[in-house]
Amino acid sequence: MSILVDKTTRVLVQGITGSEGSFHSRQMLDYGTQLVAGVTPGKAGQKFEDKVPIFNTVAEAVQATGAQASVIFVPAPFAADAVMEAADAGLALVVCISEGIPVLDMLKVKEYLRSRRTRMIGPNCPGIITPGQCKIGIMPGFIHAPGPVGVVSRSGTLTYEAVAQLQRQGLGQSTCLGIGGDPIVGTSFVDVLEWFNHDAETQAVVMIGEIGGAAEEEAADYIRRHMRKPVIGFIAGQTAPPGRRMGHAGAIISGGKGTAAEKIAALQQAGVQVCPSPAEIGATVKQALT
Amino acid sequence: MKIHEYQAKELLKAHGVPVQQGRVAFSLNQVPEIVAALPGPEWVLKAQVHAGGRGKAGGIKLVRSESEAVDAARKMFGMRLVTPQTGAEGKIVRRILFTEAAKIKKELYAGLIADRGKNRLVFMISREGGVEIEKVAEEHPEKIITEPIDPGVGLQAFQCRRMAFALGLAHGLAKEGAALFRAMYDAFCANDCSLVEINPLIIDAEDHLLALDVKVNLDDNALYRHPDLAALRDLDEEDPLEVQASKYNLNYIRLDGNVGCMVNGAGLAMATMDLIKLAGAEPANFLDVGGGASVETVANGFRIILSDPKVQAILINIFGGIVRCDRVAKGVIEAAQSLNVQVPIVVRLAGTNAAEAGALLQESGLKFHVAEDLAGAAQCVVQVMAH
Repeated sequence: MSILVDKTTRVLVQGITGSEGSFHSRQMLDYGTQLVAGVTPGKAGQKFEDKVPIFNTVAEAVQATGAQASVIFVPAPFAADAVMEAADAGLALVVCISEGIPVLDMLKVKEYLRSRRTRMIGPNCPGIITPGQCKIGIMPGFIHAPGPVGVVSRSGTLTYEAVAQLQRQGLGQSTCLGIGGDPIVGTSFVDVLEWFNHDAETQAVVMIGEIGGAAEEEAADYIRRHMRKPVIGFIAGQTAPPGRRMGHAGAIISGGKGTAAEKIAALQQAGVQVCPSPAEIGATVKQALT
Repeated sequence: MKIHEYQAKELLKAHGVPVQQGRVAFSLNQVPEIVAALPGPEWVLKAQVHAGGRGKAGGIKLVRSESEAVDAARKMFGMRLVTPQTGAEGKIVRRILFTEAAKIKKELYAGLIADRGKNRLVFMISREGGVEIEKVAEEHPEKIITEPIDPGVGLQAFQCRRMAFALGLAHGLAKEGAALFRAMYDAFCANDCSLVEINPLIIDAEDHLLALDVKVNLDDNALYRHPDLAALRDLDEEDPLEVQASKYNLNYIRLDGNVGCMVNGAGLAMATMDLIKLAGAEPANFLDVGGGASVETVANGFRIILSDPKVQAILINIFGGIVRCDRVAKGVIEAAQSLNVQVPIVVRLAGTNAAEAGALLQESGLKFHVAEDLAGAAQCVVQVMAH
């Protein structure tokens, strides 16, 4: 068991011939992901690495290969369009890696997805991995191993850090998912917590938040009311000054809201063990599981 | 991206938001001509800096003659304006907006933002204008009325009317109010704003609405489709080191501490700052070098960090996933050698080829403090700072 993706998931790549897209497509193939198609308008008929067929449109790719999930590497000005194309083709899951999509574009995308069956992860995220089965995204596959811990995060490399700490404790992961560092994202902490809550393999969850917005507070509310598994948390940005965007478009304390202190308090009240230091995530999970 | 009040007023005016006549001066010798061109007999000088709270800090002055205007402008140009939003070092005034004076009957508030929780644009309006809206939100949340906009169909006329009446505008003014909300919305969408705020929105002596002070923030991610707006960026308002860093495509924010840090990824960079603080030191900066961390990136990172005289140690924390740690280590060694870095450097490289990277650093002959994990890195920082 895992959430969203496993070894049967058939994946297509939008922007497979670009430099980012082709590099990470090779990595995904190496990991064993069932990469069945690529889409680059105007390059239909070609093959990626002599085996993955390329199509002009997502709809054609889906029809020919039965792809169920898409991962998007196209540049930000075209990414919103790519997400909507994937949704129009009826894909169940679309993972948007692209960074820098304008907010007004994302509002339209969210509205477009509301009446469709497509689940979007990201944008500006590392993607999703079910260790040993399926990697859809840019995370280094080799640091992961199958196991009982679900990981959900707004960040990329900080997630890898947490996974590396879990590995040091001998703890594998059920699924790791980055929801993305933008203010408007397709999938929230609450969505992912709910899936982990119902996933038989997941025994504990690591949730890595950061300053800005109220997603962590909403997660705390869900955890308090519904979560049946231990949640170990960390909030990045305790030392961040207000009013400054800390790299991620979504990581900004504005109008005195979205501070780390508020988020930590909300999570602690919901029963989450919040690590004060990012160096203690692995050990804290180990403790919670023994 | 932040822009100046006078620039923001131009943007809003183009869509029909009523603003006063005004002109901006970059130097003292422009003042007499500007005053002559604007209707009097009273004028207001407003210091143009990217921060609110100017009035109490002496950044807004009422004058009654050309000579008063020149005197006030002479004092204002070059002054260091310190407001609650500028930080202790304040901001130097280099531009002054001159406007005709307005008689205020009532002060209201109108703002439009992208609400990340609701996934839509939301108007926030209040009869309590002229004060910080955050304060109103905290003390009297019931005095703020919100109007979310359906992204599918956009702002509707009934919503504009509803907001106008909610502000208590009388019949004729309600029409003006409805038109103003429409104009704010149009300006927001046309320019890819992330915030449009009118505070105060006033009712003047002639019973008309007027946007007395406005604030517009632009969505950085959308600037590629607005080259004209990108040109409004005022580098004088930004930290010179941050401007330099942005030329290198580095994401850098200067802070007040003494431990510089260089990290790949925004989340890990914030977590590394937190780690430094927990170890008893203070981070000197936020610096995300991105995914690559090449020799050039690392060298530029060093240059930026070391330009800050407060820095007494540097912590490099790279999680090499796709990027190989031994390559990063070579970059660190090369950059440290060529730049002759004198402060102690703590290096923590994790992920692909981390062991090889550690060996390279140890054998380099340079005095790196190599840490294996985050906890070790924090201890190392404490040790080098104690010496």
